[in-house]
Amino acid sequence: LVFFSLGPGAGQDVGRSCILVSIAGKNVMLDCGMHMGYNDDRRFPDFSYITQNGRLTDFLDCVIISHFHLDHCGALPYFSEMVGYDGPIYMTHPTKAICPILLEDYRKITVDKKGETNFFTSQMIKDCMKKVVAVHLHQTVQVDEELEIKAYYAGHVLGAAMFQIKVGCESVVYTGDYNMTPDRHLGAAWIDKCRPDLLISESTYATTIRDSKRCRERDFLKKVHETVERGGKVLIPVFALGRAQELCILLETFWERMNLKAPIYFSTGLTEKANHYYKLFITWTNQKIRKTFVQRNMFEFKHIKAFDRAFADNPGPMVVFATPGMLHAGQSLQIFRKWAGNEKNMVIMPGYCVQGTVGHKILSGQRKLEMEGRQILEVKMQVEYMSFSAHADAKGIMQLIRQAEPQNVLLVHGEAKKMEFLKQKIEQEFHVNCYMPANGETTTIFTNPSIPVDISLGLLKRETAIGLLPDVKKPKLMHGTLIMKDNSFRLVSPEQALKELGLAEHQLRFTCRVHIQDPRKEHETVLRVYNHLKAVLRDYSVQHLPDGSITVESILIQATAHSEDQGTKVLLVSWTYQDEELGSYLTSLLKKGLPQSTS
Amino acid sequence: MAAHLKKRVYEEFTKVVQQQHEDLSAKKLRLTKPSKSAALHVDLCKATSPADALQYLLQFARKPVEVESVEGVVRILLEHYYKENDASVRLKIASLLGLLSKTAGFSPDCIMDDAINTLQNEKSHQVLAQLLDTLLVIGTKLTENPSVRMRLVEVACKHLTDSSHGVRNKCLQLIGCLGPVEKGVAKEIESQSAKDVQKIIGDHFNDQDPRVRTAAIKAMLQLHERGLKLQQTIYCQACKLLADDYEQVRSAAVQLIWVLSQLYPESIVPIPSSNEEIRLVDDAFGKICHMVSDGSWVVRVQAAKLLGSMQQVSSHFLEQTLDKKLMSDLRRKRTAHERAKELYSSGEFSSGRKWGDDAPKEEIDTGAVNLIESGACGAFVHGLEDEMYEVRIAAVEALCMLAQSSPSFAEKCLDFLVDMFNDEIEEVRLQSIHTMRKISNNITLREDQLDTVLAVLEDSSRDIREALHELLCCTNVSTKEGIHLALVELLKNLTKYPTDRESIWKCLKFLGSRHPTLVLPLVPELLSTHPFFDTPEPDMDDPAYIAVLVLIFNAAKSCPTMPALFSDHTFRHYAYLRDSLSHLVPPLRLPGRKLVSSPVSPSITPNEDPSQQFLHQSLERVYNLQHLDPQGVQELLEFTIRDLQRLGELQSELAGMADFTATYLQCQLLLIKALQEKLWNVAAPLYLKQNALASAAAKQILEETYKMEFMYSGVESRQVVIIHHMRLQAKALQLIVTARTTRGAEPLFGMCEKFLQEVDSFQRCFISELPHMQGSFVDKLLDLMPRLVTSKPSEVVKILQTTLRQSTFLHLPLPEQLHRATATIIEPTGESDNPLRFTSGLVVALDVDATLEHVQDPQGTVKVQVLYPDGQAQLIHPKPADFRNPGPGRHRLITQVYLSHTAWTEPCQIEVRLLLAYNSNRSKASAKIPKSTWSDSMEALPQSENGIEGTIPFSKPVKVYIMPKPARR
Repeated sequence: LVFFSLGPGAGQDVGRSCILVSIAGKNVMLDCGMHMGYNDDRRFPDFSYITQNGRLTDFLDCVIISHFHLDHCGALPYFSEMVGYDGPIYMTHPTKAICPILLEDYRKITVDKKGETNFFTSQMIKDCMKKVVAVHLHQTVQVDEELEIKAYYAGHVLGAAMFQIKVGCESVVYTGDYNMTPDRHLGAAWIDKCRPDLLISESTYATTIRDSKRCRERDFLKKVHETVERGGKVLIPVFALGRAQELCILLETFWERMNLKAPIYFSTGLTEKANHYYKLFITWTNQKIRKTFVQRNMFEFKHIKAFDRAFADNPGPMVVFATPGMLHAGQSLQIFRKWAGNEKNMVIMPGYCVQGTVGHKILSGQRKLEMEGRQILEVKMQVEYMSFSAHADAKGIMQLIRQAEPQNVLLVHGEAKKMEFLKQKIEQEFHVNCYMPANGETTTIFTNPSIPVDISLGLLKRETAIGLLPDVKKPKLMHGTLIMKDNSFRLVSPEQALKELGLAEHQLRFTCRVHIQDPRKEHETVLRVYNHLKAVLRDYSVQHLPDGSITVESILIQATAHSEDQGTKVLLVSWTYQDEELGSYLTSLLKKGLPQSTS
Repeated sequence: MAAHLKKRVYEEFTKVVQQQHEDLSAKKLRLTKPSKSAALHVDLCKATSPADALQYLLQFARKPVEVESVEGVVRILLEHYYKENDASVRLKIASLLGLLSKTAGFSPDCIMDDAINTLQNEKSHQVLAQLLDTLLVIGTKLTENPSVRMRLVEVACKHLTDSSHGVRNKCLQLIGCLGPVEKGVAKEIESQSAKDVQKIIGDHFNDQDPRVRTAAIKAMLQLHERGLKLQQTIYCQACKLLADDYEQVRSAAVQLIWVLSQLYPESIVPIPSSNEEIRLVDDAFGKICHMVSDGSWVVRVQAAKLLGSMQQVSSHFLEQTLDKKLMSDLRRKRTAHERAKELYSSGEFSSGRKWGDDAPKEEIDTGAVNLIESGACGAFVHGLEDEMYEVRIAAVEALCMLAQSSPSFAEKCLDFLVDMFNDEIEEVRLQSIHTMRKISNNITLREDQLDTVLAVLEDSSRDIREALHELLCCTNVSTKEGIHLALVELLKNLTKYPTDRESIWKCLKFLGSRHPTLVLPLVPELLSTHPFFDTPEPDMDDPAYIAVLVLIFNAAKSCPTMPALFSDHTFRHYAYLRDSLSHLVPPLRLPGRKLVSSPVSPSITPNEDPSQQFLHQSLERVYNLQHLDPQGVQELLEFTIRDLQRLGELQSELAGMADFTATYLQCQLLLIKALQEKLWNVAAPLYLKQNALASAAAKQILEETYKMEFMYSGVESRQVVIIHHMRLQAKALQLIVTARTTRGAEPLFGMCEKFLQEVDSFQRCFISELPHMQGSFVDKLLDLMPRLVTSKPSEVVKILQTTLRQSTFLHLPLPEQLHRATATIIEPTGESDNPLRFTSGLVVALDVDATLEHVQDPQGTVKVQVLYPDGQAQLIHPKPADFRNPGPGRHRLITQVYLSHTAWTEPCQIEVRLLLAYNSNRSKASAKIPKSTWSDSMEALPQSENGIEGTIPFSKPVKVYIMPKPARR
């Protein structure tokens, strides 16, 4: 039985993922994210929901973080250090490496820039990371005696993983965010046919089927190339991690291929640190990078150099990646201001922009922007939008479900209306139950757990030796004694069970009389019965004993004349209870009578 | 008398050789046989522990066993087998039995019974499996014997119920390899036990062990390969196996389904959960398409590959594979391809992307959206976007094959192929460019597609660019803007990579001749002419200008109105280019001018190729010259040779033919010169000068004949005879010259003998061709053969001399196609003034890049030679992987040559050239004769100046400036 609860966050919402799963008595927390949109208490999940009183460590068996995006790990130091959790936290190696950088960056912005207090400190981040246990892909980690987890590759960002959580024979797969189509630096998510009882899948793009990645890439490259050839400058506002690396690789290889000379710059120190990790975790990247890194690590960019503020005024073409991605502040905005006046230049927005930001304004076609100090900035440069998203689309989600073959599906991390459509599709195509609980809603799923029973090898061999080869389709009858003791089930041979229980064995025998109309002599009747049985039961050993009785395996058949009517013979059939199946079959067979034509 | 004696000695000598040979081999066998098996026996008896015995057996397995002793060894092994208690030793013995029965020449039917008997009492599953393996080996050696096969199959069937997967595996393998293929035979032999093998194997499709399931499918495929027609009933079973948990099962099942779809393409199968029925091949196609999105990439590759060969599939299923409905927030969205197409058809130019350009339009009916299609939907879309490049390549290949057979599909898949030009892996890009070239006669490129294609011209990889040029050569472009775009991009390419010059010119040549009407309106713009003003004359040496002219002139060939647009200098340039780049510029009929073209084409008649005519005429003329005086003959030959050589330069398609005949005539000319009577009649003291001339001529003829034989592709046996005949004449000449110069008859004996042997082998090789050679040297020689064999060397020489002089000139029939092997070294260019400096004693790598044309088997024959100034020569064999094959008849050699030398004081030039190695054994003549005819003649091979035997230099040498510096201490 899987008991599932949506804890403090997530559900039908993007951002602040935090899910609580109870599986066969074990409680696991999946992700511990924060909400970027809030600056008050709402930004973190409400952990008091988990336990009213008592320590979290006692209640939770482990915490699993799927990847390093802040909406999946942002609340971790708060949760472990400020609320108090001392149990193990599991994440993959790249996530463990990159996560603290992002947390530290986030802390700096909130505390140093916005001046908030009552926030976690650097030391807390460090302490928190000490509790983290790193796992490898496809490595089965035994959390305790019963609970085990296993990570699968998920694409999305470097180190993103899907986790299988297994207790006994019940299992849950949590996908985190994943991507089913490979991109320039990461491969596609993959899972084996693990047939979990429940698959918890993200559904950001539940109602979208996307066009081929290649078209978008080509468009992007063509635009950059044309602008650079014209002598213009290209500004690409990005967030420091994830897409930025993909675009870097894309431009780097294109520059290499086309033998271009225009400089490419990358701003901010944060990225350099992160790039370092990208270089290290080559095994987590896609096929091309993995295969070529012996000659050259793709993340050691030849054409991409660090950006200096002074470069922005340099003449000639250049391409600059600058943070942040929505042009709302910082370096990207500064550069934008400088370049906006020239129609030769171009800005490419590679992602979604929140309403109110400069990015959103220019994307919606605004050409005159009011900046701070009532300055009016006229935007003459070209504005382009390129979506490079690394979530699975509807087809991808279906593909993953097909691969994993779950009993139930649960959709999170998406909008309710869109999820409804996908839910309907999943139920229609795969004939499995699909759930889409709201925030804070608890879903209970009942499973039919198969209960493993230990069987002694001797008994198994003895039983399989009888009769034909095991057939998948037919259930097989087996004789044994089931012993339930100390929370374990064992199937042992009757003898052994008797021995263990210290009981003596009693023979139980069924005897049955069958009347047959046969005027002949007794031994002739016996012979006829013998021939008949021999003909019918080919696979069994039928013997005619010298004392006038017949044995079929261990079943004894004797014939005597009826005391009153000589024409009627009485067949005495006797079998032990172990042979019940065969015995009852024999009697029913004999009751039908003997075939008339006997020669 | 002497000759008689000689002959006898010779005969005896050959006999002795044979006897010795026999003796040796026989002796060897007798000696080893007893010791081997006996030693094994002793060893095995000595062995105290299983480990010891295993060691002995392992040692024994390393040595080969002769055919005669195999049976004895087998008996000994079997004897030990029964005694042995340890399973591992028995296993080894069983595997040895298998190894032994593989011995060539040994017929294992004598040990079959024993092998089958051993199965009876065996308990260990591993040994059992190994024994079955042995039986499989035995069975495969005795395939002709149906009763043996029957027996083995029976044995296998009996063990199919074994509980170990290994045993069942082997049983199925055995049945697959040996099961009766012909129905009738099986019934005749034993109707009871000859059960339907297909059913037996089919039962194991549901085995509990995946390995056994795989083996069952493989066995089924094996039966199919051996010619058994599989029943259609297993199709359902195979379909179920596609959903198996194990990838090797799925992979094999995909194959099985493919096989069935090829066997029963037209039969009808029902669609589950509906009443409809479809053709089996369509159903199978849909199922295999489904496997393109399988979890395991091995299966994906397999599925994608097989899709390509399913050509009977209906077109609407085929077109579904490229279908992918896009949506965003439940609203239908058009793909980038559709948008591009619409933009094109509406006649608008792309104005750059507007925000929301791709905004979704229509609402989608939620019920109608099928997310996991049961059919073939989007299989290629998935395959081409796959994570693994192996899958992508397989998908591209499959697309290629399907598009070749269906023009409408070719049109549809174009967008996707064009997309693949931007793949991250070069191999995939290259493959898709090649694919596009292969289907190019089915398609016309739209402008936006052309745009994407042309963008790849800037690729830094030479392979890609050249493949693209090749593609553009055979592409159809729809508009004049397209042509203009292509030209502009090609010129851009030319400025960026000047080394692509030749390839770009060639590309424009075809582009021009394919689209004359599209080029016509562009001419004024391209030549920048002005109706009123004279424009400055462009620089004739500018490769870009030449490129434009090549395009225009080739278009003008089939567009007579075009020359009217030319300005004066264009005509002058035409004359110049026609002469200097005759392979790129076609002959044109220009108005108001004398025809500016090569002297060979007095009139252009479309039906008859004048140059071809000229070739034949001049040959005709030459063959009739029997009656002219020697002086006249020589002159005529000289003229003809000159004409032919010129023709070869002008007409690239006839170059091979012309060169070939010119070489032949050259040989004839040399022969005639050397045999001039007045030279031979002069007194002995004046021999010297004449000797030098004759022996030089003989040498050169030999050299030329080797060139003729090995440098041309398309040489047929008729030509080979003539070439060999010419060679024979040269050898006769050599013999005569040596006879006249050497004193005493002793050394002549050997030479005469050898020559006669050669005549003999010539006769044997070309016996069928002899009737065509009436009156030739060899014809006469063979008539005189009895006399020659018995006469003295001096007489032989005399006879030879007269025959040589009297023999007629053989007519050289020309084959259909003849191409000379040529090589051009592109890199190093030999223009650099900077010496390549390196420390003496160490090596420096020199990149060599060359194109080879019409070389057969370049991997085996092409060598690189490096000549140092001190006369030292180095021969380098390039790796097979260094050769690429960009087009039919063309090869590309990109390799690195390692140079090294002791220190020099000055930088100096070394020469790099390509050589064509030949080996007379692989010549067409020797294919018929029992070898070693040329082995001795190889000694007499021409010693070319560079002193490399059996090679022909076939490229211009390139000079490289190098400077080995003394090592610093």
